[in-house]
Amino acid sequence: MKREVFDALQSARAAKQPAALLTELESGRQAVVAAGEVRAGALQPGPEVLDAVAAAVRHDRSGRLPEPLDGTFAAVFNPPLRLVVVGAVHIAQLLAPMAELAGYEVTLIDPRQAWASPERFPGLTLLDDWPDEALAKQAPDSRTAVVTLTHDPKLDDPALIAALSSEAFYLGALGSRRTHAKRLERLRTQGCDEAALARIHGPIGLALGGRSPAEIAIAVLAQMTQVLHGAEPPGARREAAA
Amino acid sequence: MAGQHPLGTQEPADDVLAQAGRWLDEGRKVALATVVSTWGSSPRPVGSQLAVDEAGNMTGSVSGGCIEGSVVEEALRVMAGAPPKLLEYGVSDEDAWAVGLACGGRVEVYVETLT
Repeated sequence: MKREVFDALQSARAAKQPAALLTELESGRQAVVAAGEVRAGALQPGPEVLDAVAAAVRHDRSGRLPEPLDGTFAAVFNPPLRLVVVGAVHIAQLLAPMAELAGYEVTLIDPRQAWASPERFPGLTLLDDWPDEALAKQAPDSRTAVVTLTHDPKLDDPALIAALSSEAFYLGALGSRRTHAKRLERLRTQGCDEAALARIHGPIGLALGGRSPAEIAIAVLAQMTQVLHGAEPPGARREAAA
Repeated sequence: MAGQHPLGTQEPADDVLAQAGRWLDEGRKVALATVVSTWGSSPRPVGSQLAVDEAGNMTGSVSGGCIEGSVVEEALRVMAGAPPKLLEYGVSDEDAWAVGLACGGRVEVYVETLT
């Protein structure tokens, strides 16, 4: 790979643009495609190749392009997955670093500054806006997970309602079965329909049996992973740690 | 782990290309191996990468460790001037015991230099 190709790829990634590195395996010629346009390289992909690359990027799937273009390999580099956590609680202190290790870019929302302090969350992006406004600014997309952990309906409910109008691939809400049932009741009276409510994973997390903040964080991250990859069996939503 | 990846850094701890770039900036020769195709069960998905420097230092992975040794050998050849190469590994190889995949899968790995 030529340095200019490498640099174009890395700068697209740094700018959080969806990018692909194309390699013609026979000749070794390459091109970087980012945000739909060719940025660098000796390979000059035609419209058919660019269409196939766009599909690969959309599905976040690296691979040889479909026949008859399969002499070209597309390595897809999408921007990082994102996790938006509402509630700077103890579990969040464990979940944030775990999610970062798993490749997520984490944002923490909590208007209560005693909770969302840099001392408790060194280096993390902290937003002290009201959760619905903060979430709207974050504009969750299909590679974003949203988790509410405050246990406070004043904070969790508006966040969930805002998240339900997004394409977030995962929504989870901390709270017992009873708490979750009451939450769903409140959200119904706010106009959320059943299909929307069914998107909320509550009680949050896979049923791993753990109770400590770290164990609950693992249960949440495990469930996010399962849902991201479509590995959740239909109708198999189970209760969880908290 | 936490020390290498403090909260809030933008770069994942296992960003293979970023490490490869740092090696390049230090003036080292660097080769990059990328999983191009897989058949059957294979330990690492398509797109997985392994960077190797001229001293044989590695970051990332293209398998669970079964073929890295052989890939590094090829990477050293490519860094010494051989053209980029598409490698194939599977249990049907003659030397399967040495460099095959224990899981029974097959993978194609593309090895190139960064220049």
